[in-house]
Amino acid sequence: MAGSRGRGRSQFTFNVDALGFGRGDSLPTSAQTPSPLFPPMQFRPVPLQTGEEVDYMLALKQELRASSKNLPFHIKAARTKTDVARYSDKYQNGELKNNCIEWSPDWSRMPKELCIKVRKPRKTGAKPQLKQKPKVAAKKEEVLQKLETLEKREEEQHSEEEEDEEKKKQNDEEEGPDADEDYDEEEIEDETDYIMSYFDNGEDFGADSDDNMDEAVY
Amino acid sequence: MTAQEVRLCGLLLQEHFGNVVEKVGTHLIRSGVLTLRALAHETKLPLDLVKKSLCVLVQHGMCTFGAGRRGPAGPVEYRINCEHIFQMLRYPRYIYTAKSLYGDTGELIVEEILQRGQMTMSSTVKTVADRLTHNMPEGQSMDYSEVVSAFSQLVETHFLQRCPPLASAGSSSSGAVDTPLPVATQPTEPESNPDCYKLPYINLTGQLLQSKHSSHTEKHLCGDDGIYWQVNFQRFHLHFRDQAIISAVSCKLDQTSSEIVRTMLRMSEVTTPAHAAFTQALSANEIFRALQSSYNIARPNLDQYLSLLVDDPMEFVGKTGDSGGGMYVVNLHRALANLARATLESVVQERFGSRSARIFRLLLRKRHLEQKQVEDFAMIPAKEAKDMLYTLLSENLVQLQEIPKTPDYAPSRTFYLYTVNQLPTARLLLQHCYKTVCNLIERRLYETKENKRLLEKSQRIEAILASLQATGAEAAQLTEVEEMITVPERQQLESLRHHINKLDSSENQVDETIFLLESYINSTKTSR
Repeated sequence: MAGSRGRGRSQFTFNVDALGFGRGDSLPTSAQTPSPLFPPMQFRPVPLQTGEEVDYMLALKQELRASSKNLPFHIKAARTKTDVARYSDKYQNGELKNNCIEWSPDWSRMPKELCIKVRKPRKTGAKPQLKQKPKVAAKKEEVLQKLETLEKREEEQHSEEEEDEEKKKQNDEEEGPDADEDYDEEEIEDETDYIMSYFDNGEDFGADSDDNMDEAVY
Repeated sequence: MTAQEVRLCGLLLQEHFGNVVEKVGTHLIRSGVLTLRALAHETKLPLDLVKKSLCVLVQHGMCTFGAGRRGPAGPVEYRINCEHIFQMLRYPRYIYTAKSLYGDTGELIVEEILQRGQMTMSSTVKTVADRLTHNMPEGQSMDYSEVVSAFSQLVETHFLQRCPPLASAGSSSSGAVDTPLPVATQPTEPESNPDCYKLPYINLTGQLLQSKHSSHTEKHLCGDDGIYWQVNFQRFHLHFRDQAIISAVSCKLDQTSSEIVRTMLRMSEVTTPAHAAFTQALSANEIFRALQSSYNIARPNLDQYLSLLVDDPMEFVGKTGDSGGGMYVVNLHRALANLARATLESVVQERFGSRSARIFRLLLRKRHLEQKQVEDFAMIPAKEAKDMLYTLLSENLVQLQEIPKTPDYAPSRTFYLYTVNQLPTARLLLQHCYKTVCNLIERRLYETKENKRLLEKSQRIEAILASLQATGAEAAQLTEVEEMITVPERQQLESLRHHINKLDSSENQVDETIFLLESYINSTKTSR
């Protein structure tokens, strides 16, 4: 190979015609940018299939997507407490808790370490689960008893609220959920004089997207 | 797992189960096998959320668990089953097939089981009867026995199967603490259970009373506790494969031939194992007896049709003997290979034009050709042929094979041959399909997000309208509420709906191609 270098200096060792450009021409310019994100297409794509079968499967797909959002398998992380514990937290829905699962799987088919408390969506009868039973000191019985009954009543209401809200979620979507929830909260609520829906603790004020800065913020 | 497959899994998990499960799932796919603690640590999610996500994934059969590397004494390890996640894309097709075979009842049964992963027979029957009763007019109600019979039909034809029991379940009592788990690398096949398709005896009260409020679910034993049923995806896939072969025959030849092939496939449904390359040999006499009388095919005509099918270059049907009037088989793997080849050719044709498709088909048939030979055989002028060949080469649809005459690979003394390999090209196209579906889903999410405000407004107004109608408002009030959406907003909503429908439809259609290519690739794997 080294020996033949001197002889035919302007000869290439392969057939030049196969390349597509002649000997004296300059090389085609190389691309300096990445290829475009939406390259222009040479041919238009074939139109989609149509027909009854296609429409039915389309409807099925959209229905499945919508209904899977309402199933208990759709897991949402619980909202973390932001800065201070607020009075309104007691009355707003703090139902999403990380440590309980909303459906009851068959634990015998799952590894033991995955076992997690099952949250009962609805309670048969009106017996709420009393989570905290404060120990009553013998001395200040009356005051403590009064506090206790107030607390129990409050927890009953709170869990009834939760119960009702769960029931609403599981019923059909025809009924306007907003109207019913407000109505029930007004009924149950007797601790404050204010209607729940009027309460706005201002958390959502700054949280809205500030993308469009053209409009003035009042 | 390729990058596109991981991306698609993530998008599908997010769509059905939310962001948390998506995070857990994608991390587990990327890492392979992990324990619970490692997973929680690496995803930086609270342990409870990780537990819940794993419960969801195990329930739906997408995640398997087993004793890890340290043996039964060590922590449990989890692994994701990606094929199962891809099958979520195909749920509408499964449900539609069940509907076409077994009516509305079958459709609802399959839909319920698909959405919940695994269910017992009694709970399925109850839920489906509930749903059917709600849709019926006042006073009528759905009988449990009808639903039970639809369920049994699905099980008899193997569309539903029992979930495989855990290896430890048989021997342990209810209070056992340390039950040994099966090794994570060998998941128990559902078919290895001899009771796979046996229906349990359940006793349910005869009829569901029509009631306004939904009945609360009480846990009374119906006699089939612990027996869970899942959808047998493999059986559905065999059904789709048969449908594809039959429609290909009817397109290529004619309707009568496709009916003959349909009869042959139906006869060998139960006797042919899942990954067989051919169906069982059937004699022409048997086929004649099994043909439905409505087709009115005389015996000599049947023989002619069969010989036509055998001589066809697509080789759907083959002749394996002469006894009984001729023994015929359907060549399943070859049919799948031909269908995949047709798909590849059609893709090249639609993207690069019919002349590039001619070059592609030429290379598929003639295997290796030099550039000069390509130009001659394809009858295309040299310059254009060169251009098209190089375009196909840059897209990786065509490969270059160098055959040197001398050991130093000197360009003047080397043959450069162009070739197309069907299997790697099919894999490449499959990855393109996955990427396409990902892009479609992301575009749909983007469109929905852009118009979120408008969608919420329209939903609120619909809710208001519905509640007004329920309380019997006048027409004037209704029109006033309807006018709250202005005309340009209505147009925008309409065009948004049109776009989303188009994107969804495209996903369904790409999924059909994915199914075909996946079946072809799987058939080549098993024949090794």
